[in-house]
Amino acid sequence: MAAHRCSRSALLLVLCSLCLFSIAESQETTPAGDHRATGVDNPQSVTGSTEQMAEQPTVVEEEEEEEEDRRWEATRDEVETENTSAPDTSAPTFEVHSSVPKPKDDFQEELVIRPLHSGDIYASFQFRTLWETDFTTGNKVSHYRLFPKSLGQVISKFSVRELHISFTQGYWRTMQWGQPFLPSPPGAELWVWFQDSVTDVDETWKELTNVLSGIFCASLNFIDSTNTVQPSASFKPLGIGNVTDHRFLRYATLPREIVCTENLTPWKKLLPCGSKAGLAVLLKSEKLFHSSFHSQAVHIRPVCKDWQCKTKSWELRQTLNVVFDLHTPGQGKQEWSLFKMFSRTLTEACPLASSSKIYVDITDDPQGEQFEVSPATHLLSQAMVLGDRRTFSLYDLTQQITFGTVRSLNLHIRWKSSEGDMLRPLLHAERYVAGYGLQTGEIHTLMYNNHPYRGFPVLLMDSVPWYLRLYIHTLTVTSKGKDNKPSYIHYQPSKDRVRPHLLEMLVQLPPNSVTEVTVQFERALLKWTEYTPDPNHGFYVGSSVISSLVPSIVAMDTNSTREQPLFSSFFPCKEESSYFMRVYTEPLLVNLPTPDFSMPYNVICLTCTVVAVGYGSLYNLLTRSFQIEEPSPGLAKRLANIIRRMRGVPPL
Amino acid sequence: MGLLSDPNRRRALIGLLTRLNAPICVVCYMAGVAWFMGLAFEPFTLRTYMSENAMGSTMVEERFPAGERALATGREFAAHKKKTGGMPVDWLVKTMQSRGLEVFTQRFSRRLPFPDEDKERYMVKGTNVYGILRAPRAPRTEALVLSAPCTAGDHNNQAVGLLLGLAQYFRNQVYWAKDIIFLVNEHDLIGMQAWLEGYHHTNTTGMDWSPLQGRGGSIQAALSLELSSDVVTSLDLVLEGLNGQLPNLDLANLFYAFCQKIGVLCTTQGKLQRNDWDSVSGYSHAVQTMMLMAMKQASGRPWGDHGLFLRYHIEAATIKGINSFRQYKTDATTVGRLLEGMYRKLNNLLERLHQSYFFYLMSSLSHFVSIGYYMPAFGLLGVILLLRALDLWVQLASPPPRTEDGVVDAEQVSSPGVLSVLTPLVISHLTGAALYTLPIHFQEMAVEHFPVSETEAVVLTAIAVYTAGLALPHNTNRVLSAFVLVVLSPACTLLFSVFFFQELQEMPVSFLDGWMLYLSVISQGILDHALYGSLVYPLVALLVYPCWLLFWNILFWK
Repeated sequence: MAAHRCSRSALLLVLCSLCLFSIAESQETTPAGDHRATGVDNPQSVTGSTEQMAEQPTVVEEEEEEEEDRRWEATRDEVETENTSAPDTSAPTFEVHSSVPKPKDDFQEELVIRPLHSGDIYASFQFRTLWETDFTTGNKVSHYRLFPKSLGQVISKFSVRELHISFTQGYWRTMQWGQPFLPSPPGAELWVWFQDSVTDVDETWKELTNVLSGIFCASLNFIDSTNTVQPSASFKPLGIGNVTDHRFLRYATLPREIVCTENLTPWKKLLPCGSKAGLAVLLKSEKLFHSSFHSQAVHIRPVCKDWQCKTKSWELRQTLNVVFDLHTPGQGKQEWSLFKMFSRTLTEACPLASSSKIYVDITDDPQGEQFEVSPATHLLSQAMVLGDRRTFSLYDLTQQITFGTVRSLNLHIRWKSSEGDMLRPLLHAERYVAGYGLQTGEIHTLMYNNHPYRGFPVLLMDSVPWYLRLYIHTLTVTSKGKDNKPSYIHYQPSKDRVRPHLLEMLVQLPPNSVTEVTVQFERALLKWTEYTPDPNHGFYVGSSVISSLVPSIVAMDTNSTREQPLFSSFFPCKEESSYFMRVYTEPLLVNLPTPDFSMPYNVICLTCTVVAVGYGSLYNLLTRSFQIEEPSPGLAKRLANIIRRMRGVPPL
Repeated sequence: MGLLSDPNRRRALIGLLTRLNAPICVVCYMAGVAWFMGLAFEPFTLRTYMSENAMGSTMVEERFPAGERALATGREFAAHKKKTGGMPVDWLVKTMQSRGLEVFTQRFSRRLPFPDEDKERYMVKGTNVYGILRAPRAPRTEALVLSAPCTAGDHNNQAVGLLLGLAQYFRNQVYWAKDIIFLVNEHDLIGMQAWLEGYHHTNTTGMDWSPLQGRGGSIQAALSLELSSDVVTSLDLVLEGLNGQLPNLDLANLFYAFCQKIGVLCTTQGKLQRNDWDSVSGYSHAVQTMMLMAMKQASGRPWGDHGLFLRYHIEAATIKGINSFRQYKTDATTVGRLLEGMYRKLNNLLERLHQSYFFYLMSSLSHFVSIGYYMPAFGLLGVILLLRALDLWVQLASPPPRTEDGVVDAEQVSSPGVLSVLTPLVISHLTGAALYTLPIHFQEMAVEHFPVSETEAVVLTAIAVYTAGLALPHNTNRVLSAFVLVVLSPACTLLFSVFFFQELQEMPVSFLDGWMLYLSVISQGILDHALYGSLVYPLVALLVYPCWLLFWNILFWK
């Protein structure tokens, strides 16, 4: 994940500094300070990019704009500097914490809006709270300002080093939407790195899930040993720290979890401004859940405070991704506005936020023909996102001028969508259950590498519940019709009712190929109390996780279809050459053999009858004494005997 | 037990059973037939009712407006079909894409074991086109299927048009919780077989297909649509699938409920329900409907494109539009609204359809006979076999042998006779095996030596092997019994069934036509086995025929 932050030198060179920075979540363990250092170390690349921009203004900007009017926005770290150095910007009004000399915590909010290839629109909120404090080493933290107290207490009580939790409703359609900024599997996903001081990790994990279940109003308390795994390679810490002993890692998914307003409300309460001010006013559940995809997440990790990494601070990142369906048949032109999407407009930034911005992705519109963004903005910004260089229009909500005379910001976009044809993302995956009948089956996982000439390795992680008994000897990995031997396999067999299967593999995907991983399984017959209330719905198997360093699109462009200076384009730049990506497959719904649950009644009736009749007759046979019976006397004799008995004479 | 432990009473009982064996058997037989016939009498049967709660009480409102536009799409489809001389793949892909679906195609090819003269095909190559409507905020775990076959000629264009119209309408609705797959399959059942095998990645019949690119998780239910006219008088529901499998009765109930609600005439087995159950003609109408259903199930072949879904535990049915000379017409908008309502209710399902019956017979769409009611009839027929066997056993050993020891002794005593019994047994079963394997394998040889086509060769080889089996014994002095046995042989039963079936369908045929139909039924039976895995042909060839041959042997025992 080449997150670039190079601005300081550029700021000195030109009036408007050029910067490349990342919108996307850093997926790797590189702390933010490192990027800054790279930026400072390589001023040439920045100059090169500046020249490149100057040479072809049409690529990123509207033509009628004059060169001098253009201002390239600095990184968010330099917002204050930028404001003071640029004379034509109005002074920020919402500098609430400017009176405080050096606050130890800091809050930033931003919203990225990207019109998608399919004509839908993708909105990604990120709220970041940084706090320079120490939850660990036993000192009690009692004064909370921006950081939510509930989460702070969780961190200190359970000695959490890193916590990532996501709630997702829907499946990200890679073929139509491209890559998300933050991937997440359908349902709930939770993975936690504990401090190495924790002695009983399983017990702590259990308590933690119960506490989180309360905080987020979700069924996380259903996480137990039967769906928790310890991946050996797929989930590395994203914050600072070098402990990678996976004994302190726990990973669990609940693919069945339904995400709705009761999860959104506690999530919004964690924000410093709540949903009262800033970007969070847009988070109205009746609109957010009227969408094609909804995902909300909380990531807590330790990061470096400065670039020397002398002090550690905690980062809380709350993200919310939502895709709105704007399908209007028959017309290629799509129209969108903030009000249409969220039924709110923006009037102010969160007063507590040090930065509050909206980015609109206008990369797919080099000529300005397809897009019309209004109100127009002069601020542009560039960033490397998932191996692709993207251009964004930027709206800074901390500046009053953004809201214009009506004192409210309602972004309008009109664009032409190229609906229909599907994308070919470099890496995507799908999974399904093959076969029929309720005895056996086969799980197929297909991984597509659409890179034309470069293969790359991927880490595949599968966690399968115990009631699907994997036949691991049937595991096959084939690509292009040939056997593809994984270079690393970590398999932990399941134990019935105790733990799931865990299968991790490092597979090399050849260029332009489909790699198919198949493994057969047998469906277990559960005990009758173990069935869910709706057993005929089926049982869920969580998504597989595919983690990979994918060669970037920019690096792929060696033929240099776009014009750029020759000196900048021979060796692919290292930071750009590949980026980290995580892909989740769809969860599976598997039917298990299900008894007819009215059957116990029938069975009880039947067995009782059989026992009564069978046992009764057998008992009769065993206890009866057999003796030869004399042939019964005739009618006349019997009558005579009756008469004789009445007379008191012995019978004949 | 008390009865059996008393030797006197046991003797009396056995005596009764042996003495009155024939009358009891006749009574049982009559009772069985009478019971079965009584099932069609309306007061004896149950009304259908919706068992599934998720589909029962929930209200849906049907609003599909665009029937005319769907028909126009159907005409456009017909024009493109004519132009390309087959499936207009590109046009379908483009149309489905413009309706906002994820579109995928699947190519398949299959060489039939011998040419199918009914449908005029041998080397089959085709393409299935399907579009997936992704449900918002659903994780691709469940799907519903709506399919329409792309048949040659002028058929089913309206079905494809309506399918595309529904796709367009469904795309703009927000309530979907399951993905909906719109499938247009070429070469009807063969295409459907290829698609289902591709979807579930199995290969049971040796078909070549390209793997599917897009899926929607586990399919919960499917409907197949056949419409060949702009307006219909009634809709016919076809339930019988491969090997006589039936979908859950709730699917039929759902169809019936919506027909009632929207006011569309609905039929099953092509027979409209009648209200005069107390009259003779009304009763015979119900009997005909039920007999047709039983016979269609016995044939083991899928009676619509839905039939192949049932193997994969997917509840499916075919809805056929029928246009007759009645005055009352239903337009495409109404049919679309009916389908919309059905899909909205299926969309509400929380579990697979499992609440209602899987084994049933229907005497009309509103009345059904469950397995608990029709099994006694078969039980009464089955008990005859038991009685006859008991009779023979008693006669065989006048002092009845005691339990297992006696049986072992008897075998040891008659051990030289085992070989003589074994020979006809083995020969009969070998003949059965020959009947199963030879027709397809010897077709080339037959075509070389005789002036027949491949299909005729297969059928005639089957008949030849069959009759060759009869020639095994040489003693022919019981002409009458032989005649009766021949009349009761599987082949003759099949021939009578063909005529009976035509009679039930109110389409009687002349003897010659019937004979041609009979030959084509044999070839279709063999094809069904080869293409879809129908079990009727192997069952007849490997089990019923050898058993009958043994009877034949017994009759001419020297």
